[in-house]
Amino acid sequence: MLTIHSRLINAMITQALNDHPIETCGVIAGPAGSNLPLRLIPMRNAAQSDNFFQFDPQQQLQVWREMDARCEEPIVIYHSHTDSQAYPSHTDVEFATEPQSHYVIIPTNFLYKEEIRSFRIVDRMIIEERVRIVHQYQAELELQMVA
Amino acid sequence: MSITVIIPTILRPLTNDQKRINMSGFKVSEVIDEMEQQFPGIKAKLIAGGAAHRFINIYVNDNDIRFCDGLATSLQDGDVLTILPAVAGG
Repeated sequence: MLTIHSRLINAMITQALNDHPIETCGVIAGPAGSNLPLRLIPMRNAAQSDNFFQFDPQQQLQVWREMDARCEEPIVIYHSHTDSQAYPSHTDVEFATEPQSHYVIIPTNFLYKEEIRSFRIVDRMIIEERVRIVHQYQAELELQMVA
Repeated sequence: MSITVIIPTILRPLTNDQKRINMSGFKVSEVIDEMEQQFPGIKAKLIAGGAAHRFINIYVNDNDIRFCDGLATSLQDGDVLTILPAVAGG
């Protein structure tokens, strides 16, 4: 199950709608081993495509180093689907390399009338999980949140 | 020529769970060859057809080797070689 603050959900949706019809993407970092998403970092989609995304490699290096220095890990890796259902595509599965991350998909085509969905992708297996949206974290964690 | 290599989570099962390993070599390809000797199987995860896999990012310090000389990029003592699988999808 993914437990996540509503402000982070809103920030992902806003970014995805702003970027539509280009796929949006980003990461939410949190303390390693905590399973708690805190710090949202929008990433540049180097592909600038409506059916593909790739984190800009230079930005990815900076962000991954920063997470390492702060003892964080990518708790959530998110992207939008601009014209398909919010379910991992073949390429999503092929490139999923973080077994501990929640892979969140934001649908931006209202035809699909779908909500955000979250998945674990491990050894090419897709496991959907419940998204529990909370309106507050513990006070000291809420201060560390970036949304 | 001492080079520190930073290994991503997905490849750590091949490096006995080590995140940083010390290697030597004058070029990126030489470091990868030495890694293969110590951790068999790792080379195939990084290289295909004489070049880095399209969705594996390899950096020497701050520089993506795609914008240098690829696997022939030269190294200096103390350089850090970072391997990061690209985050991508559709």
